[in-house]
Amino acid sequence: MRVLRFLLRKEFLQIFRDRTIVGMLFVMPVIQLLILANAVTFQVTSARMYVVDEDHSPVSRGVVSRLAASGRFVRSEASPSTARGDSAMLDRRVDMIVVIPEGFARDIVAVHRGSVQLIFNAEDGAAAGVMQSYASAILARYGTELGAGTLPVQSAIMSSGTNPVPTRGAAVIEVRRRGWYNPNLDYRAYMVPGILVVLVTMIGTLLTAMNIVREKEAGTLDQLNVTPIKRSTFIAAKLIPLWTIAMADLAIGLVVARLVFHVPMRGSLLLVFFAATIYLIGALGIGLWISTVVETQQQAMFVTFALLMVYLLMSGLFTPVRGMPMWAQWSAEINPIAHFVALMRSVLLKGSGLRDVAGHLAALGAIGAAALGIAVRQYHKSSA
Amino acid sequence: MKFSYSWCAPDRRRLFSMGNPQQLWRRNSAVRAFIVKEMRHILRDRQTLTILLLLPLAMVVLFGFALRNDITDVRVAIVDPAPDPATIALRDRFAGNPRFSIVAISPTNVGVEPLFRRGDADMALEFRSGFGESLARGTPARLLLIGDASDPNTASMMAAYAGAVIAGYQSAIGATGQSIQIVPQFRMKYNPTLESVNLFVPGLIALVLTLITALMTAISLSREKERGTLEILLVSPLRPWQIILGKVLPYLLLAFGNVVTALLAAWAVFHVPFRGSLILLLVSSVLYSMVGLALGVLIAALTSSQRAAMLGALVGTMLPNTLLSGMIFPIASLPGWLRPITYLAPARWFIVIARGIMLRGVGVAYLWRELVVLTVMLVLLFGAAVRSFNARLA
Amino acid sequence: MSSAIEVRGLTRRFGDFTAVDSITFDIQAGEVFGFLGANGAGKTTAIKMLIGLLAPTSGNASVAGFDVVRNADEVRRHIGYMSQRFSLYEDLTVRENITLYGGIYGLTDAEIRDRATALIRELQLDDAIDARVASLPLGWKQKLAFSVAMLHRPTVVFLDEPTGGVDPITRRQFWEMIYGEAERGTTVFVTTHYLDEAEYCDRISIMVDGRIAAMGTPGEVKQKFSAESLDEVFVQLVRPGSTPTLQHG
Repeated sequence: MRVLRFLLRKEFLQIFRDRTIVGMLFVMPVIQLLILANAVTFQVTSARMYVVDEDHSPVSRGVVSRLAASGRFVRSEASPSTARGDSAMLDRRVDMIVVIPEGFARDIVAVHRGSVQLIFNAEDGAAAGVMQSYASAILARYGTELGAGTLPVQSAIMSSGTNPVPTRGAAVIEVRRRGWYNPNLDYRAYMVPGILVVLVTMIGTLLTAMNIVREKEAGTLDQLNVTPIKRSTFIAAKLIPLWTIAMADLAIGLVVARLVFHVPMRGSLLLVFFAATIYLIGALGIGLWISTVVETQQQAMFVTFALLMVYLLMSGLFTPVRGMPMWAQWSAEINPIAHFVALMRSVLLKGSGLRDVAGHLAALGAIGAAALGIAVRQYHKSSA
Repeated sequence: MKFSYSWCAPDRRRLFSMGNPQQLWRRNSAVRAFIVKEMRHILRDRQTLTILLLLPLAMVVLFGFALRNDITDVRVAIVDPAPDPATIALRDRFAGNPRFSIVAISPTNVGVEPLFRRGDADMALEFRSGFGESLARGTPARLLLIGDASDPNTASMMAAYAGAVIAGYQSAIGATGQSIQIVPQFRMKYNPTLESVNLFVPGLIALVLTLITALMTAISLSREKERGTLEILLVSPLRPWQIILGKVLPYLLLAFGNVVTALLAAWAVFHVPFRGSLILLLVSSVLYSMVGLALGVLIAALTSSQRAAMLGALVGTMLPNTLLSGMIFPIASLPGWLRPITYLAPARWFIVIARGIMLRGVGVAYLWRELVVLTVMLVLLFGAAVRSFNARLA
Repeated sequence: MSSAIEVRGLTRRFGDFTAVDSITFDIQAGEVFGFLGANGAGKTTAIKMLIGLLAPTSGNASVAGFDVVRNADEVRRHIGYMSQRFSLYEDLTVRENITLYGGIYGLTDAEIRDRATALIRELQLDDAIDARVASLPLGWKQKLAFSVAMLHRPTVVFLDEPTGGVDPITRRQFWEMIYGEAERGTTVFVTTHYLDEAEYCDRISIMVDGRIAAMGTPGEVKQKFSAESLDEVFVQLVRPGSTPTLQHG
């Protein structure tokens, strides 16, 4: 215990003496959070429309104005030529071309059914898919309203043809929608808890790996290994300071999340920190393991970077785990980042309690114990 | 042969002059030897090499197989206070739809919140009492659709799916007020199946090129600087441009090998389209790589240690080039204050080029602006790199 | 006098390569023992086994009376080590380094304070006590590293090329420190490339290709090879193809 105290003092002295590290520890998280929370977003923005209206009727104009009124689409250019629209799309000036063919209004009047063509730039498939579902809903609603005869265009249709639309008094299902926990559909509120996870992971895993490898490179690790220090004491002395710092970073990050991004914190912060404690055991363990398999800080950085990249992509941070194929969903079960991201989101955004997230906590505990166990064994082997 | 100290004396003309042909020949064999040495360094570091080769492939696979926004299994909780034939029929529609599975049915909504908090349900469908009666009477029958909107995108998508099921039911029972149908015909240009891998592969090329050119060059040069081996090279008869070439060429080759592997994997396994000119893509890749290399050299010149170079390269190249370039996250989604910064990320311009060529099949006519921007960046960065190297070592 | 270091058939293989090939020797307490050999001859591997950084493939060794494999912890408590790479913490101050190593070896606060004061006085580092080690000249760093390695009064100290890159005056001072420790009864096991330094040792051994090719007092070794200087012995032994089979010490 006394030895541990001396080693801890040394670690803290070294960390706080290195200005790069101090910057990395306390300034980077804030900047990272500010940039990442704003940059890491799949929030779908309004699509720029190119309008090719060959019909020139009140109904065709109604289609365009309905799309624009939703706020999901912005009318940006128009011409009677689809070819020019194509060219504008190739030049990335527009995201969608609306083509309303001649006779659209006539068809509506005659057969109560008209079709419009919506051409999306689907390079970003996910965004195009979301826009597609918006457009469907808007057009369906417009049709309903036209049929119900509640719109002024109705009279235009009525007067333009001999076949009036039969207005049946049939019942409708009135669907009201409510989004709980995030009624404004603010993507940042969803991402920030996840980004906090990235933050503490970077600190925990990368710094642990770099810190130990640095001693390896400097030769001081050998020096310590010939002293009577117990391996466990050495590992504790390495992990405790970084654990403390990661926790401090989490606290800073939570403050920024609250003050800058107004992320709701509906659940218990105590639970968040308790989960972080368990999670970090695994994250630091992986850092320790990396330090045993590499020789230089450069390699440590690369291995950490590659590992984290894959873990992050598979964690559900960006795309929902349940959208993944089965093998990927299984792999998420042993991915500590996946559990911690899910836990952070549900505790902060939904106010989940200890019992709601017990499964995640248990998984984190098991992964942490396994990771640290393997790392310590590997460490013993590599320094025997 | 005279020792070249031109590094120390910033004589720009000497820096780039090639000397007479015979000297040039002799020096070129020196350059070759130097390049071979550099290649050996790279090949010897197995770990880094493995990661460099495997990471892009792993990412193609992940983006191709694992990462999709589409949820195929929406878990619904049904709240039905007074079941009647109409509510049961609609419930059956949800139960029969492969996209939905019903996880709970209860007469009150008190159970919904815990289900959401545990993450056991994604949405709740709450019938108002007298649903069937209203429907029969012709007054609006009310239905509440509650989504767990903590993930906004998924929530809107699921709501749209649910809306479609309800609309289907409406038209089946003829309860539709929608006597007029506006039928949208969608065409998904350039990516008809909406595969995210198509969007990502061009970005991946940018990622790999950045990683190898900017990051590796910065670290490798600063390591030589730290160890003092750079000084040895500088007092050798090699010209500075030869040293830079020797440092840079192996990484360039490595980067290209990598790009080709990733492209082949993307094409063979995921059928990522390649619609435009391969030559234009390769030329732009070289241009982009050179920008990355200049950035790497500049960072190495400006930093004093390997660690600082690593940090500088991460913050100065990886961060903007991955997050602020539209590689994964669309630039249009960024807030206004962040968008101008993206203009400084070389990858932003390169990704437009790569996507344009691969997905839209366009040529120089549509991409000349981006090519001009990259060229200007290259000239500025290279000038700055040479200048700062001279200044540092003088 | 008992043996401070006993080595019997100590061997280490890395795959097919035998770095240390069944070496056997004894070193008496209080002896200054020079461990010589060309680069790659197996010196560092041998030292690493003696200080417990590397497990032997076969054979055994005891240091300060404890077996290096079975009793590694006891060995570590009784030895000091200074490696060829400077291994104090450059970003800590002189005082912080001393306190750290004192603490690691379980010295009390009072002991740490007293020994630090003595050490500082001896090395005349009074002005530099709160300076970062990185800012010290190399010679001072090496002397400091040696003193820190001796802080817990080990019975055996291993010095792996302690004077590399140091100026001749500092080297001389360094060797005076080594003699000082030997007079107090500390056993000193030192490797070096400087053959003039080897002349200061009580006994030396020369390692060639993982084996001990010669052993004895500097005088004995020179006599055995009928050489004028250790330089000459070294060249004879190390020159490729010229290594006759030699019996150990």
